[in-house]
Amino acid sequence: MLLVPCPYCGPRPEVEFRCGGEAHIARPADPDALDDAAWAEYLFARTSPKGVHAERWLHAHGCGRWFNALRNTVSDAFITTYEMGEPRPDITGGR
Amino acid sequence: MPEPVAIHARRAPILAPSASSAVRVLPAADRFVLQMKAPRGAVLPSAAGGFDLSGPLNSVRGRPERFAARLGPGEWLLVCPEGEGTATEPAIASDLAGRFFSLVAVGHRNAAFLLSGPHAADILNAGIALDLSDTAFPPGSATRTLLGKTEVVLVRVGEAFRLECWRSFAPYVHAFLQDAAREFA
Ligand SMILES: [Zn+2]
Repeated sequence: MLLVPCPYCGPRPEVEFRCGGEAHIARPADPDALDDAAWAEYLFARTSPKGVHAERWLHAHGCGRWFNALRNTVSDAFITTYEMGEPRPDITGGR
Repeated sequence: MPEPVAIHARRAPILAPSASSAVRVLPAADRFVLQMKAPRGAVLPSAAGGFDLSGPLNSVRGRPERFAARLGPGEWLLVCPEGEGTATEPAIASDLAGRFFSLVAVGHRNAAFLLSGPHAADILNAGIALDLSDTAFPPGSATRTLLGKTEVVLVRVGEAFRLECWRSFAPYVHAFLQDAAREFA
């Protein structure tokens, strides 16, 4: 079973987690100022990279906390995890 | 004027006693979920209502019949014998006066089992993916996790394992554990 390193609990089985999609997508400060295309871009457009991806994860059946993770979408390896609100670590490689 | 009617919620036993001695159904208990904001560096109270809240995340403090299990950075499951909660609830609230917190009585929501004996961890591992060995999950540990399809809280106060699940899941959990226990009977 894949182990996900929760920054609060340590490595735990993946069945305890939920993935919350791409991280670091900020809600526009003034949605009224956006046209439909820009709003759709915020809602739906995601980078979906082949390689290192910053994602939000929830330790749903554990400590109940959200956190961010860098995961390689090719190998499914978790490179690092970090707390919500922290900037994305400067890692581009990874396994 | 109508006579005041005293209404007492009565709790029927959840399950019949187990056939297996390794898996026991525990009597009803009073329980509370205590939650507080716990940002990094926050100073949290070390005790409330006679419960020791000082343990780190995924640990338990107390005795087998009265303990505080820390399930999240700012979340505790508090368990005490049935009937004690009436006095405990206001005691917790008064000890935490001046703080923002949420205290919810969930005594009727959960059922509890006690797994003991040399194969307790083996039986649990039929449905729990965590390492439950003495080095990885020693006495004093507590955590929320999954048993089969069910969310459970696993608490180790002393050698034995106490398993809490939602009341409506109890028949599934009990059958699951008894089935797993047959292998070691
Ligand atoms: Zn966690």
